[in-house]
Amino acid sequence: MSSQPTIALGNARVGFRGRILAIAAGRVAAGLPASELERRLLELGFVEGADVEVLHQGLFGRDPIAVRVAHTTVGLRRREAMAVLVSAGA
Amino acid sequence: MSDAAPVVALVGNPNCGKTALFNALTGSRQKVANYPGVTVEKKVGPITTPAGRTVRIVDLPGTYSLRARSPDEEITRDVVLGRTQNDVIPDLIVCVADASNLRLALRLVLELKQVGRPVMLSLNMMDIAHRRGIEIDAERLGRELGVPVVSSVAVRRGGTDALLAEIDCRLAERRSAAAAQWRAPDAAALRRAQREADRILAAVARGQGGRDSLTARADAVLLHPVAGLVVLLAILFVMFQAVFAWAQPGMDAIEAAFGWLGGLVEAMPLPDLAKSFLKDGLIGGVGSVVVFLPQIVILFFFILVLEDLGYMARAAFLMDRIMGGAGLHGRAFIPLLSSFACAIPGIMSTRVIDDRRDRLTTILVAPLMTCSARIPVYTLIIGAFVPDREVWGYIGLQGLVMFGLYTVGIVGALLVSFVVKRLIWRGRPGEPFMLELPDYKLPRPRSLAIGLWTRATIFLKRAGTIILSMMILIWLLASFPQPPEGAAEPAINYSLAARIGTAIQPVTAPLGFNWQINVALIPGMAAREVAVGSLGTIYAISGGEEVADRIGQALSSQWSLATALAFLAWYVFAPQCASTLAVIRRETGGWRWLWVTFFYMLALAYLAAFVTYRVALALGAG
Repeated sequence: MSSQPTIALGNARVGFRGRILAIAAGRVAAGLPASELERRLLELGFVEGADVEVLHQGLFGRDPIAVRVAHTTVGLRRREAMAVLVSAGA
Repeated sequence: MSDAAPVVALVGNPNCGKTALFNALTGSRQKVANYPGVTVEKKVGPITTPAGRTVRIVDLPGTYSLRARSPDEEITRDVVLGRTQNDVIPDLIVCVADASNLRLALRLVLELKQVGRPVMLSLNMMDIAHRRGIEIDAERLGRELGVPVVSSVAVRRGGTDALLAEIDCRLAERRSAAAAQWRAPDAAALRRAQREADRILAAVARGQGGRDSLTARADAVLLHPVAGLVVLLAILFVMFQAVFAWAQPGMDAIEAAFGWLGGLVEAMPLPDLAKSFLKDGLIGGVGSVVVFLPQIVILFFFILVLEDLGYMARAAFLMDRIMGGAGLHGRAFIPLLSSFACAIPGIMSTRVIDDRRDRLTTILVAPLMTCSARIPVYTLIIGAFVPDREVWGYIGLQGLVMFGLYTVGIVGALLVSFVVKRLIWRGRPGEPFMLELPDYKLPRPRSLAIGLWTRATIFLKRAGTIILSMMILIWLLASFPQPPEGAAEPAINYSLAARIGTAIQPVTAPLGFNWQINVALIPGMAAREVAVGSLGTIYAISGGEEVADRIGQALSSQWSLATALAFLAWYVFAPQCASTLAVIRRETGGWRWLWVTFFYMLALAYLAAFVTYRVALALGAG
């Protein structure tokens, strides 16, 4: 267990490295129903315990972000990334 | 090819090299058609296995799960589960995986296994995986997964031998396919499956997960918030230049060829009406569309190269926020850009957009981008009415007006998509932007050639069917009834088109259009630039050296400036292109969106022309 504070991936800066603690789609006002958003994130590899690193971000509103999750790089908007809870340090 | 031949379906994540493998297996024997009722491409190719068995290979759209999220992915699910009405029920499912990116693919294999049909795994792009120091114990992987595993290198001679041998093996022990069983996994099942996949991967593979160093270095620039956008703009600039400059010789050659054909017809001992049908209706009609083939091939060359490279996902990433402001998806960027050349390839390339609503919005606004067929019309009117002088010292007024017309088209498209998002899709969930940014890979010439060939034949087939029938209809309108003996005026003035033009006079009078303009708009439906020639015919200007100049002179003596400006405003928005409408019908699988596009553009055109005319009159340009 990490002593690091839990943050939402949607708030992470470029260069952030951490580990996924939970997928909490219910707390996000995304366009999709929570269960659908959760499953889409899971299908792209956002599973508890996976390592993440924020690699890039867009120019406007620092959005979207490119995230390395385990072996894959995924581009997504910060709004949906709010559903991924992470702890720093990996 | 026997329809009873066993079917092997290729399934895999996006970017796993599945299409390259399909191309390697089937070569040029593949057939591309659409699944009935939808616009998803159905790619089937017959092959003969080493054991002499004839097998049909089906390439299915890439997916992460059978839980379909787009029309493409629904096809994958339905074919795998044997739910399609047609004959493609797979006897064997080959899951294709990028050997250097196995994690998500293994979860898909576990899901496919539950379907109850024979499944095998093909580790694709093994050459790249080796180069990156990845080692996979294929035998152990097969044991852990409980399915046969082979390696394949789609791009190397003999690279698919092991795969073909295994396909033979599997089909030999072909059991009567049990009814497919599959239930959409819930979140807990997905988590379990991914954990299992992670466990297996840790046990059988070494070196997985490291970032490809070349991709990392390239992305440092290409996904940089500022430099990335600059590079994207540069790529677009080159693409644009190429579409216009490189295509010119090809377009000239095609025009010359059709002109030569027309000349042959002219010389034949036929009645004038038959000549006119063959020359103006058939040859002229098809020619006016086929002439865009070079532009379409060049455009798709760039699109396919960028797609194969893995850059398209980056372009969508860079543009997502900018497009999102207007309610468009990041992936709408390339189709809209293509529409500056011609809306037809633009609309065809909206296939890269997964979500149906985002795709429809893009298709709706694509015809508002100023296509190259508008240029001759703009040039004619601007040349005739806008004085050739400089404003603010050094900016040419004519060029400024041209630029203004482009801008009005773009702003119009953004406004329309904004309104569509707010009104039509109101209350429906906005599709999230989530996509894998794959490692960069060099495009393979052979795959490229096959892709280009496919695009070109689809376009030509369309020109030969729907578009041709539209052209003939327009010719009929402009040719019948025939002028009486010894008629003084040009033939078109006696035709049905002229009657329609006169009949709708009260409707277009508020726009400052006279009946001659109305008449020219009807053949202009064939292709926008045809209106230039029609105006010439109506004002009885015989062809010659500087015919366009003389049409311009005739117009400037007959039209007021207000009318000319209203005509330009009309052309920015009007649905003046039968081919585009035909392609919309084809791509959306029905008449509904054709009519939606037609009427909203007509309404916008009327409004724009009306406002322009009235404002110009008020300013004394009458």
